[in-house]
Amino acid sequence: MQTINILFLLFGLGLFGFYLGRGRSRAIANPLGGIRQLHSLPSYYGLHTALWCALPSLFILGFWLIFNEALINSIVMSSVPIDIAPIDTASYNLLLNKVTNIASGVMPRDGQGAGVVNAADSLSSLRVTSRWSMTLLLLVLAMAGLFWGWYKVSVDFRARPAVEKVMQNLLLGCACLAIFTTVGIVFSVLFESIQFFRTVPIYDFVFGLEWSPQTAIREDQVGSSGSFGAVPLFVGTLLVSAVAMFIAVPVGLMSAIYLAEYASKNVRTFAKPALEILAGIPTVVYGFFAALTVAPFLRDLGNSFGVSISSESALAAGGVMGIMIIPFISSLADDVITAVPQSMRDGSLAMGATQSETILKVVIPAALPGIVGGIMLAVSRAIGETMIVVMAAGMAANLTANPLDSVTTVTVQIVTLLTGDQEFDSPKTLAAFALGLMLFTVTLMLNIFALHIVKKYREQYE
Amino acid sequence: MSKATEHLSKIKHSLAGRNRAEARFRWYGRIAIFIGLAAVAVLFGDIINKGHGAFRTTYINLDVSYDQDLIGVNNLADSEQLSAGNWDALTKSALRAKFPNISGRSDKRRLNNLLSNGAGFDLKDRLLESPQLLGKTESVWMLADDDIDTYYKSWLAGEAYAARLSDKQVIWIGELHQQGLIKLQFNSNFFMRGDSREPEQAGILGAAIGSFLTLIVTLMLSFPIGVCAAIYLEEFAPKNRWTDFIEVNINNLAAVPSIIFGLLGLAIFINFFHVPRSVPLIGGLVLTLMTLPTIIITSRAAIKSVPPSIREAALGMGASRYQVVLHHVLPLALPGMLTGAIIGMAQALGETAPLLMIGMVAFIVDIPSGFSDPATVLPVQIFLWADSPERAFIEKTSAAIMVLLSFLIIMNTSAVWLRKRLERRW
Repeated sequence: MQTINILFLLFGLGLFGFYLGRGRSRAIANPLGGIRQLHSLPSYYGLHTALWCALPSLFILGFWLIFNEALINSIVMSSVPIDIAPIDTASYNLLLNKVTNIASGVMPRDGQGAGVVNAADSLSSLRVTSRWSMTLLLLVLAMAGLFWGWYKVSVDFRARPAVEKVMQNLLLGCACLAIFTTVGIVFSVLFESIQFFRTVPIYDFVFGLEWSPQTAIREDQVGSSGSFGAVPLFVGTLLVSAVAMFIAVPVGLMSAIYLAEYASKNVRTFAKPALEILAGIPTVVYGFFAALTVAPFLRDLGNSFGVSISSESALAAGGVMGIMIIPFISSLADDVITAVPQSMRDGSLAMGATQSETILKVVIPAALPGIVGGIMLAVSRAIGETMIVVMAAGMAANLTANPLDSVTTVTVQIVTLLTGDQEFDSPKTLAAFALGLMLFTVTLMLNIFALHIVKKYREQYE
Repeated sequence: MSKATEHLSKIKHSLAGRNRAEARFRWYGRIAIFIGLAAVAVLFGDIINKGHGAFRTTYINLDVSYDQDLIGVNNLADSEQLSAGNWDALTKSALRAKFPNISGRSDKRRLNNLLSNGAGFDLKDRLLESPQLLGKTESVWMLADDDIDTYYKSWLAGEAYAARLSDKQVIWIGELHQQGLIKLQFNSNFFMRGDSREPEQAGILGAAIGSFLTLIVTLMLSFPIGVCAAIYLEEFAPKNRWTDFIEVNINNLAAVPSIIFGLLGLAIFINFFHVPRSVPLIGGLVLTLMTLPTIIITSRAAIKSVPPSIREAALGMGASRYQVVLHHVLPLALPGMLTGAIIGMAQALGETAPLLMIGMVAFIVDIPSGFSDPATVLPVQIFLWADSPERAFIEKTSAAIMVLLSFLIIMNTSAVWLRKRLERRW
């Protein structure tokens, strides 16, 4: 039976369990003088029965979905005849793919060795057996749960606390998903990175000056040893982010100040959402804009002044990224500026300072920690931004600080290394995970630090 | 002069400069806002300017004779005959009939290039729809090639772009135009078809449905999980290190670069759990993890805005804490949560980078029909088209962006509307 059908069936059984439990609790209570004799409301008895019916089966189903395929594969692979048995991981995966493809009918059976065809047949039959036995087990389990829930219904049974206990755990589990995600991220990048650092020393990676991840397909290929020095990527990332910040910080900050301190209500209600449109535009649109409009425009502009600007310049990508970040900075700065108590402004104005002097010498210094925190969050955003640079920045890793040149960034390289088909454990793909580790570490540190500052600042004036 | 008057005159003298500084400062603010608004205007103007043309495309009218011998089909029910049929012969002969004086191999090829190479298959579909046409002749509007389309549109606009056309093709198009046999028409292909290598046949339906399926998975997972997490953290969590740790994690995840979630999806879902690549299911899983922090944070704000007096009243009436939350807090907080969910979905709809990591970047022609069919999504389709060298794809890309942006605008305005409509001030 299909997994989705099993789910529907379990749901239906659970619903049946609900009505069964509720009905029984009523039937028990009625002769005794109505449901007030029960410990809990009838629907809690119903829920209790439904949970006993569906939850254990769902758990088993989840485990089965996760481990079934791996288990069957390993059984099949350990039973292949010795002459085609795989020797290493690569040939193991190759054979496994072949067997699964034949079993699912993607590959023709004719012309394959008898061993492979037999393995495919046993794979199919194991799959069918596993699925049916699973369905049977789930149904038996659900029936048993149903009976148990039905049996437990009695006047004294405390159904509500039991149900609420389950709900509490469910809620806690959902909240803990955030932790699992973080752990998942750390593990997924860390394991592959450790594997990568076995082939490329970590020192060479972090301090190496040359990046050309092309590894040889043939042994005798020229110039394809693959060098994984990530410094040009780091410099490129910083350069693009610096250009972005150079645009976003002044514009974002000044518009936040103007909107918070000067603008009339009408201007504010129009300009604020209009600026926030920029935050809602997908990055791929910015990338398209940067690559097809801004970059050619800058190149032609440079040509007319006799300056050569690369058509994949850091300036185009960084500039458009800066536009993207403007609303991010301006809304964060707006929050912290409006949080500065009015009494401080009034004090400064009463001393005879002009409005701009009040802003520059009283409001901004008071809001500075929050603003710095906001800018750091924006920097972390710029470093991790992907689509704009993938579409508008270059692929070649130049070690340069000239924004008119083409540079490449960490995120561009992650995308280039991982899109397309290659062996999963080649140094090329592993390098992407090592870059991901660097990116995650740096942005994590920036985020934690910035969030800490912002939080502390908020408490100061609350 | 006393010291006081000296100070006064100093202040008076500096006053003009200080007022000028004040005015300057205000202008900096105005300029900053102007830059921001100009960026919005330029961005939208540029996209609309580039993309508006893609909603109409060029069709050429020719007399097609559905000659049985020409196609090699005499029985339309025979699928083997249909797939072996020489459908291009129909378009070729129609073109030859229109321009009989053409000879020479290269001229013939150029003539055939007037029409899209999918035009023959369109005729096949037409024939299958009305089989009585077999052996007869009718005049049909047929899809033109993308180069012809680009040229014809630019020529109509007065700035002909003929770089990809031969001189003869330009003359033929001129003749067709004089006879009224070439025209621009609403581009239904763009909305009704999947991706294609040929710009004139490429459409966004496949990507739009892929986006829709992916978003359904995301919504089904992230909304319940996010609401549950928010309820726990706001209503039940004890104040201890563990909940602090959960909170730090959520705030950090909200700021982690999206591409990292792609790496997570690749390493955990694909390589560990063997979820197939390129399917809406895995796209939805990855986007769920990505949008979860947003939904949790907005849901918590919504729960927080329900005043404590409601909870106290319910508790006073003897409700359990779960009854308080489920019967009173949750219904009151729901509009705010829905707003957060829509904003999270808008974020997920525009996301590209993590989906590149999990293989949704593949070239997929078929329109997906389920959660485990290979699919791509609108932003990735935009990325793919933006990378294509054909000039006609620039127009398509901009038009796809317009479609994507309209979806986003609808979602965001409905979120704002929902908030205004349903929000309660306490």
